[in-house]
Amino acid sequence: MKPRVLVVDDDAALAEMLGIVLRTEGFDPAFVADGSRAQAAFEEFKPDIVLLDLMLPGMNGLEVCRAIRATSGTPIVMLTAKTDTVDIVLGLEQGADDYVVKPFKPKELIARMRARLRQHEDVPAETLTIGPAEDPVHIDVLAHQVVRGGRPIALTPLEFDLLVALARKPRQVLTRELLLEQVWGYRHAADTRLVNVHVQRLRSKVERDPENPEVVLTVRGVGYRAGAA
Amino acid sequence: MTGPRSSSRRTPRADGAALTHQDRWLAGPSRTARLQALPGAITRLWSRSLQIRVAATTLVVTGVFVFVIGVLLVNQISNGVLRAKRAVAVAQANAGLESAQSMLGTISAGDVTGIAPVLRQLSTPNEDTSADSGLYYTSIRAADPTLQRLLATQPEVPDTLRSVVVHGATRTQAIQYAEVRKPGTDTTISALVVGEAVTAPAGSFELYYIFPLTSEQETLALVQRTVLFAGLGLMALIAIIAVLVTRQVVRPMRLVAQTAQRISGGDLSQRVVVRNDDELAVLGRSFNEMAVSLQGQIRRLEELSRLQRRFTSDVSHELRTPLTTVRMATELLHSRREEFPPDVRRSAELLRDELDRFELLLGDLLEISRYDAGVAGLELEPVDVRALVATVVASTNHLAVSQGCEVRVHAPGGPVPAEVDPRRIERVLRNLIGNAIDHSEGRPVDVTVRGRAQAVEVLVRDHGVGLRPGEAGLVFNRFWRGDPSRSRLTGGTGLGLAISLEDARLHGGWLQAWGERGRGALFRLTLPVGPDQPLPAEVPALEPDPNDRDRTDGSAEAASEAALPSADGSRAAVAADASAATGVRAVPVGTS
Repeated sequence: MKPRVLVVDDDAALAEMLGIVLRTEGFDPAFVADGSRAQAAFEEFKPDIVLLDLMLPGMNGLEVCRAIRATSGTPIVMLTAKTDTVDIVLGLEQGADDYVVKPFKPKELIARMRARLRQHEDVPAETLTIGPAEDPVHIDVLAHQVVRGGRPIALTPLEFDLLVALARKPRQVLTRELLLEQVWGYRHAADTRLVNVHVQRLRSKVERDPENPEVVLTVRGVGYRAGAA
Repeated sequence: MTGPRSSSRRTPRADGAALTHQDRWLAGPSRTARLQALPGAITRLWSRSLQIRVAATTLVVTGVFVFVIGVLLVNQISNGVLRAKRAVAVAQANAGLESAQSMLGTISAGDVTGIAPVLRQLSTPNEDTSADSGLYYTSIRAADPTLQRLLATQPEVPDTLRSVVVHGATRTQAIQYAEVRKPGTDTTISALVVGEAVTAPAGSFELYYIFPLTSEQETLALVQRTVLFAGLGLMALIAIIAVLVTRQVVRPMRLVAQTAQRISGGDLSQRVVVRNDDELAVLGRSFNEMAVSLQGQIRRLEELSRLQRRFTSDVSHELRTPLTTVRMATELLHSRREEFPPDVRRSAELLRDELDRFELLLGDLLEISRYDAGVAGLELEPVDVRALVATVVASTNHLAVSQGCEVRVHAPGGPVPAEVDPRRIERVLRNLIGNAIDHSEGRPVDVTVRGRAQAVEVLVRDHGVGLRPGEAGLVFNRFWRGDPSRSRLTGGTGLGLAISLEDARLHGGWLQAWGERGRGALFRLTLPVGPDQPLPAEVPALEPDPNDRDRTDGSAEAASEAALPSADGSRAAVAADASAATGVRAVPVGTS
């Protein structure tokens, strides 16, 4: 089955060109030009991945991102013309998984999309436990479930992958570059803010006190590691 | 007055004095130095407070004035008092002499018994203080010793006066102020003594009237005290007035100064509270007007900057979206170019290559416009500069291989930590190393990393064409090209070094260039190790090590062993770096 892509972009020419490229690459694209209709289109089309332009009429791209993220963990890749770092960080904080900066090459975009869709294929049955011994975090990799203190925690696929990548190597420090490669699928070092922002989002869900993390620990100047179980 | 004397004293032993002075200077602060500090403190206070200055000046001027007035006043009064006393005394003395003359005239010569009561009566002091002359004493001296014996102890009279009376012309009055012992006591009193010789049949006498000045002295003392206290009071009053008046002037000025400080500190909304309608109010109002106009100007500039930023952002977006479409279309065409006839195929290739250039140029233009708008921000991270260099060298490897040029990294064995924006510094290094390879003409490129106490240096040295005189200053200019006829291999935009310079400046660092025709070029990037450790204000000149010249011969032996290009020419530092270099081609591996 072809992966479904919802393209939220107001530029007709770009949307049409994206359609051509996506179909060539074996995707099933759908388009919406107005930000305010994005949420409805999302629920109707049930895409596997969303391509979202940050500058949209009707509703700001950031708001669309927040709205989708409120109900779903579907991967969102921002198409951004802004290289101003603040805008990118804002988008990531609203829950976007990744971004490509315009003008991007089609191969680059497809690689980013495939990296986000590559997940959940032949995952071994595995359970992992990390965090403080008195209140650990249990991860069922196959069932895609995270439980802490008897309550399930809802994570986006990206956050889940990030947590699993850390949990599989407990006590070992993973550099941001390594995480970018394992979780985001970047071959070369890319924007390490992706890691920083998503670690923050992950912490806000799994930590008891995100200010004093016990599950995902920062190793200053190096990277992150999982707290011992 | 002291000037010439002190200089004349100094001249003969100038050498010795200078020597001892120097010795003392070396030994540390002496007592004289400490004493010299005191006037320093006073001078500082003097120059700092207008109020103290005005009060002190007023006090000094008033003091001098009051002193002069007081002295004149006291003099006038005492002169007046004494003149009056003298007039009265002389009149009294005349009357007394008159009656003495007549009384003595009745006594014939040799009538000792007759003269005794007269003399006694004459020598009786006048106790009637109600008279104008007040209390006075008399003193009689007889030339005849027998008569003199009749006279009991008489108040003493100064000898100078007596000699005038005795030897002077007859009927001459002699007047003198003198200290006289008060009859019957041991105390001396100031007095006015009037004397005259009296000649009678019974013999010649000297008759003296002694008028004590006690009450006049008391009066004068009172006057002096009064003048003194009045003067002091007046001075105090004027000093207080001066302080109060200057306070009225100084306080609003201080207020204005404080407000100005706050405004310069960034709080543009600060204003001076203006009361009344005087000159100071005018100052306050003018100041406020200035502040308003300043605030307006700054707001306008901020608005301009915001607009510029907005414009950059808009241009960025508006250009990039169609460019993305063009890019994707081009890629699609390019990927299927084999299906096209040769001319269309070539067109697709050209389209793609030029689009690459266009994108680079657009990216650089937007970057530099962000700098121009002052909206470029730093995202500092602690990194190992060696790792950044290693990454850049690895990413430019294909270019080096295509140029047949070897890039040699010389770095210390340990990490070279610094807090920098890795994206920007990587871009700078990519520019410098790419440029060096581009201009290397197949000769090796040396990249040297050095960690200093407060700075990190990266030197990039090539041995290619080099720069013509004066070009070292031009390389950072926008769109400057060293040799327009040269084909560009890396397809640079001409903005690379201009952006690199801005990147270095944004870090508070330096980017310097050196070059000589035929000797190659040297670029040095100097960065502070952290944002709180600024580099010194003075930028050291950039010159390669003199030994460096040997290597342009292309001798591999010399190249691997010779000292590295060094900006400061310090051989020791160079040697340490060379020994720590991990090998000619080795790239230190490290993570940030």
